[in-house]
Amino acid sequence: MSETYAGKALDFLKKFNLQEGDTIELTKNGVILKAIIMPSYSSSDDILVIKLDNGYNIGISVDSISEVKLIKRGEKREEKKAEEKAVKDKSEVVIISTGGTIVSKIEYDTGAVRPALTIEEILKFMPEINEIAKIDAKVLFSILSENMKPEYWIKIANEVKNALDKGAKGVVVAHGTDTMAYTAPALAFSLKSLTGPVVMVGSQRSSDRPSSDAPINFLTSVLVAKDAPFAEVTVNMHGESSDTYTLVHRGVKVRKMHTSRRDAFQSVNDIPLAKVYYRERKIEILRDDYIRKKDANEVDAKLDPNVFLLKYYPGLLPDIIDYLMNKGVKGIIVEGTGLGHTHSEFYNAFKRATKDGIFIGMTSQCLFGRVNMNVYTTGRLLQEAGVVPLEDMLPETALVKLMWVLAHETDLDKVKELMLTNFVGEINPIHVPEMYPRWYHDRIRLQ
Amino acid sequence: MTELDYSKLGLKVGLEIHQQLNTSHKLFCNCDTSLNETFHVSLERYLRPSFSELGEVDIAALFEWKKDKKYVYKLPKNSCLVECDEEPPHLIDEEALGIVTAIALSLHSTLVDEVYVMRKIVIDGSNTSGFQRTAIIALGGYIEVDGNKIGIQTISLEEDASRKISDNKDEIDYNLDRLGVTLIEISTAPDIHTPEQAEKVAFAIGQLLRMTGKVKRGIGTIRQDLNVSIQGGVKTEIKGVQRLELVPEIIRNEATRQYELLKIKEELTQRRGVTKELILENYKPTDLTSIFASTNSRLVKKELEKGALVYGVKIPKFRGIFGWELMKNRRFGTEVADYVRVLAGLGGLFHSDELPNYGISQEEVDKVKKALNVSEEDAFVLVVGDKARLQLALDTIRDRILYALEGIPKETRTALEDGTTKFMRPQRGSASMYPETDIPPRRIDSKIIELAKTFMPEKPESKLKKFVDLGFK
Repeated sequence: MSETYAGKALDFLKKFNLQEGDTIELTKNGVILKAIIMPSYSSSDDILVIKLDNGYNIGISVDSISEVKLIKRGEKREEKKAEEKAVKDKSEVVIISTGGTIVSKIEYDTGAVRPALTIEEILKFMPEINEIAKIDAKVLFSILSENMKPEYWIKIANEVKNALDKGAKGVVVAHGTDTMAYTAPALAFSLKSLTGPVVMVGSQRSSDRPSSDAPINFLTSVLVAKDAPFAEVTVNMHGESSDTYTLVHRGVKVRKMHTSRRDAFQSVNDIPLAKVYYRERKIEILRDDYIRKKDANEVDAKLDPNVFLLKYYPGLLPDIIDYLMNKGVKGIIVEGTGLGHTHSEFYNAFKRATKDGIFIGMTSQCLFGRVNMNVYTTGRLLQEAGVVPLEDMLPETALVKLMWVLAHETDLDKVKELMLTNFVGEINPIHVPEMYPRWYHDRIRLQ
Repeated sequence: MTELDYSKLGLKVGLEIHQQLNTSHKLFCNCDTSLNETFHVSLERYLRPSFSELGEVDIAALFEWKKDKKYVYKLPKNSCLVECDEEPPHLIDEEALGIVTAIALSLHSTLVDEVYVMRKIVIDGSNTSGFQRTAIIALGGYIEVDGNKIGIQTISLEEDASRKISDNKDEIDYNLDRLGVTLIEISTAPDIHTPEQAEKVAFAIGQLLRMTGKVKRGIGTIRQDLNVSIQGGVKTEIKGVQRLELVPEIIRNEATRQYELLKIKEELTQRRGVTKELILENYKPTDLTSIFASTNSRLVKKELEKGALVYGVKIPKFRGIFGWELMKNRRFGTEVADYVRVLAGLGGLFHSDELPNYGISQEEVDKVKKALNVSEEDAFVLVVGDKARLQLALDTIRDRILYALEGIPKETRTALEDGTTKFMRPQRGSASMYPETDIPPRRIDSKIIELAKTFMPEKPESKLKKFVDLGFK
């Protein structure tokens, strides 16, 4: 029977012994319609969703149907299951799929976008990828990135090492965009030594749309994984709204800066490692200080999730710190205001926490720029309470780094030392004016 | 050609009237609906076909993709990230729902209870997303014209496409001002039986729409599409008739075309005994470039200088078929040539019924005939172009010729200014429609009905009475 119907519509279907997929003829207000019963994605329980001959779906209230008869029983659609298989030897690039829009298609049952498309299916879409490299694919997870967890990061890291150890030149990790900028630093800190590039890729328009950014992002990612000279964890996404080039960002300096644009991912306090021209299939390296390829892969994926990212706002009370301490949190990244501040009343709470061995690190909710807790009295006070200014690290990167550090070190001084050690370029010591986006100031719209 | 007897012919015409609504906002965003040609940003994009609901690539979509064109979108002030396909669509514009509901009620149509927005795949670049959003609002109903009830099939809302600025081999430029402007689409049943009646029905619907006071006026704000068939023929879609006066002429021409194509079928299969097998056995494209090495045909010479080849193929027992007139100014040969232009990107073709001509001499024709072993009752076709395109062209020609044995291919045709039509693309399958998952279904509730009442068009008679009362005589 139907799984998507409830209430009145379900009673109607039961009464007439009908189910999703059946072709029916119904009469409403004298109009006779021949249609197929679709799964419901209505919020009203009296609505029957039907597909007409011309392909349109409409919703009809069962209360308004005067006659209905079955024309033809629907056939059951078979669900194809993605096959689990081991990564082949001798492939140049391995694509590890974790889910997200880039590997998703419309679920016509619910009308929602679901991460279900296997990479083999995507290759059917984008046969050009085969021209670039001999690839192999593995579906590791099929989850939306908002459902990502630190324990999955560890699995991805191990899978990346596995693929590179088997001789792949590089690895592409397909991932949902929402939390890609958390997974990227997790991989970056966990993969201590790499023989080739790790390219994380996602898409902002699902691949079942003709305008999807998935094909270009995918194609360029495979190219980077195969040919780029660096061996670090990167994110490769559209560089601008046009389908012209993608940007390869350092995984620890990248952030999703827009809810929906193709070029949502941008480097903050940094410039990208490379620009990739899609039509020309050309990689342009933008800087020389990239991490070079090593002889072997080393993974050190240990993460302690007992951390907290605290965004300060006017009115936030210091007892939140005591609450977090009681919850067993071992470290807190504060997203402070401006140069790295909270209300000075946090002094005592921070002091209690650090005395208890809890790490408190300061980042800025400005995102752009470096924290500096020496300029104002409050900053100096907070430092006195044990708060550690974390340079220009992104709050999310600092949080993930803290998970990694706490899984390796418990001594507060050691934790502090590691947090300020620049492992993979997460701290940029030099900020030049070009590292800040240029906003438009012209009068664009005239109404 | 003499006028046909349309009732004997079983002429059936349905209309699709597309009218822009004069709403404050576009259908799925807050931009205004004015036209504007001052641009502040431009975007470059490519589209590719995607798998549809049924897991098949739509034939019309695939056909566009083969062209591998770059689309350049220019943004005037009334375009936002929604038109750029950079932000999900907002909810359906309430004003548009109100207006279309009002029109549906005045056409005695039955409103759906819940509106579902669909995506209709269109990858000619005119929609940045690669699909047009569209939704059925009402079904059934009728309009009375000269005492005849003409049935209404569906009343839909849809977003208008971008405006083409320029088009060349590699790139099409579009203005985004019109993208997302609300269109109402009214489809009538195929209840129209004469060319003149079609014009009257189109006029009556147009008048009803204008009476809401909420439709746009001027060139390009209303477009008529025609669905035309005759007994034994197929429903041919004719797109983009902008002038109402052309409607009867276009229908006459299309009815004639279908009639003549059926006669050709009869001639080939009944009288001449042509079969699919016979055509395929003889379909051996041959390189004839050497015959034209010192040709006087400037057309051929120009292509040869660019390194093109001349290929010829024999079509058995086809003498006179290519020259067969289907409508004013259009022969069967013209139809095949249009397929070659559209599907293979060549300039056209030469056929034996028109040669010698275009600088091709009798001597060259004789040599071709000899090379292809063409007898008195056969025909031949010549195509000129680079190898890759020739292959595509020859396949296209073969398929179109084979279809002559079956009758009339399912086509979407473009209306031309002289009342004729030409091949535009194969008709899209139902595979090209799938749900717009970014927009939740919208119940037609009392709020919309109340809003609709404020837009209800007055009947022409009562409006006339008002005018009379006001002193207009």
